Amino acid sequence: MSIQVIRPGLLATIQDLGRYGFQQYGVIVSGAMDMFSLRIANLLVGNEEGEAAIEVTLMGTTIQFKEDRVISITGGNLKPTIDEKPVPLWRPILVKENSVLSFTGCESGCRAYIAVAGGLTVPEVMDSKSTYLRGEIGGFKGRALQEGDMIFFAKENDDSIKLKKMLQAKLKGDFFAAADWYVPVEQYMSKKSLRVVKGPEFDLFSGKSQQQFFEQEFQITPQSDRMGYRLFGPSLQLKKSFELLSEAVANGTIQVPSDGNPIVLLADRQTTGGYPRIGQIAAVDLPIIAQLKPGDRVRFQEITLVQAEKLYIERETEISKIRTALLVKKTSFKTNG
Amino acid sequence: MIQPIQKKFKMIQIKPLGETALTVQFGKELSISSNQKVKALCLKLQEKAFPGFIECVPAFVSVTVFYDPFVVKQSYKAENTPSLIVQGILEDMVETLVEPENSSSRTIEIPVCYGGEFGPDLEFVAEHNRLLAEEVIRLHTFAEYPVYMIGFAPGFPYLGGLSNKINAPRRSSPRTSIPAGSVGIAGNQTGVYPISTPGGWQLIGRTPVALFKPNSDQPSLLAAGDIVKFKSITREEYEQYRERLE
Repeated sequence: MSIQVIRPGLLATIQDLGRYGFQQYGVIVSGAMDMFSLRIANLLVGNEEGEAAIEVTLMGTTIQFKEDRVISITGGNLKPTIDEKPVPLWRPILVKENSVLSFTGCESGCRAYIAVAGGLTVPEVMDSKSTYLRGEIGGFKGRALQEGDMIFFAKENDDSIKLKKMLQAKLKGDFFAAADWYVPVEQYMSKKSLRVVKGPEFDLFSGKSQQQFFEQEFQITPQSDRMGYRLFGPSLQLKKSFELLSEAVANGTIQVPSDGNPIVLLADRQTTGGYPRIGQIAAVDLPIIAQLKPGDRVRFQEITLVQAEKLYIERETEISKIRTALLVKKTSFKTNG
Repeated sequence: MIQPIQKKFKMIQIKPLGETALTVQFGKELSISSNQKVKALCLKLQEKAFPGFIECVPAFVSVTVFYDPFVVKQSYKAENTPSLIVQGILEDMVETLVEPENSSSRTIEIPVCYGGEFGPDLEFVAEHNRLLAEEVIRLHTFAEYPVYMIGFAPGFPYLGGLSNKINAPRRSSPRTSIPAGSVGIAGNQTGVYPISTPGGWQLIGRTPVALFKPNSDQPSLLAAGDIVKFKSITREEYEQYRERLE
């Protein structure tokens, strides 16, 4: 069965963990801006962590479910409601046929993820379901969701069906029922400090700019989207100007064009770039910037490569633990019901 | 003849791009030889992917290797950090690298309507080089351009061989949207934008030809190693090309 889009809101797209192996043809990675939230959303409903989900931006998105299904909502708190009742985040939710889910505001963060048990049946393009808006490929017909779109669900697995049965017992005539357990996530939505490893061209910036980069505040400008965030703050200048040969860039690369205003490259970044790269945001802090919006201010905190690696491994270990804990939860349903 | 690439570690640098990627740089200056080493290393990585390898991104004189540090750390029981483990793997690969045999290259003609609304920076490029716009067009269509890499956007070719007489710096702030087919110059490089995207190049014209073909097995019209020739066409011819394509 399916979801029907009642109102797309500001921007809603289908994303998974991204499209890999095609950057050599210039095809960008895309994928969820906040990969952490996407992965947890999927694990909560019994999916593989890389299954496609709907990424909702800021507000206005309204969808209707055409079938009883277990879902989860993670990421920013964009005040999701069903039947005017707030829907809790970071836990499995059973939604009833015909219930309408709306994102009504923006309490914290900027992007929310809706995962559906079984996943979404859009075709894979170059091994991924992610929407690449500018390339007009992947996701739902290569574009953002629009009013009237019908997105079909794939078949639920046994774990999801058990979850559904457990939550059905809690419904009592409401439009949805939420599990009374949830994934306690570190409260990263309100963080304004991003840990950064020096970029390959860091040493080419003037001493003053190197200092300002790590000491002063930058504001996210309205010219910011899934491709990158343009920042405004102290103007960062090179010791002397030169033209670089274009080279690969990554998710979280901070590049500086000659006007001195840094650009943070994000999910829909180009594969290569020619501007000097002053820094690289640690992978574990990419979900933080993904949840910041125009007008928000950020600071960059210097860490070493070794520290970034350690944080990366800690985060993956943490996600493994969450995966195991959820598995235990699912096995316990057997005894409960 | 297949010849081993000489071990020249003072020329070859391996440097991190954060904790999830390492870039192998074969020198600082663009050369055919460095560009061939790039191709050779990418082929080798794809043949012999190490545990945790995600993908490699070839550029003019460098290959950036993306990997998952968690998988690398779990797969190698070494004391070393993931970046040092991957660096070791890449050093071994570079040491035993052999250049691929030269294959004959394709020549692909790309028609371009220069100037006017399609090339808003043609006059800037002309003035910057103290030339007339016609001279810029003549020089741009005269040269043969080897494709060094595809990158930045799907199917976007980075071309060598631009005349020194028509160099131009990148724009100080990139445009937020550039139409598909735009032909630009940045520094001593020239290229074509296959899809509408933000970008910092000086725009001199536009081609009606599609460079990105998402439904083909090979999603890019051009490939590294091809030769590109530009041909000047009128606005009328541009429209005719478009009609034929639709």
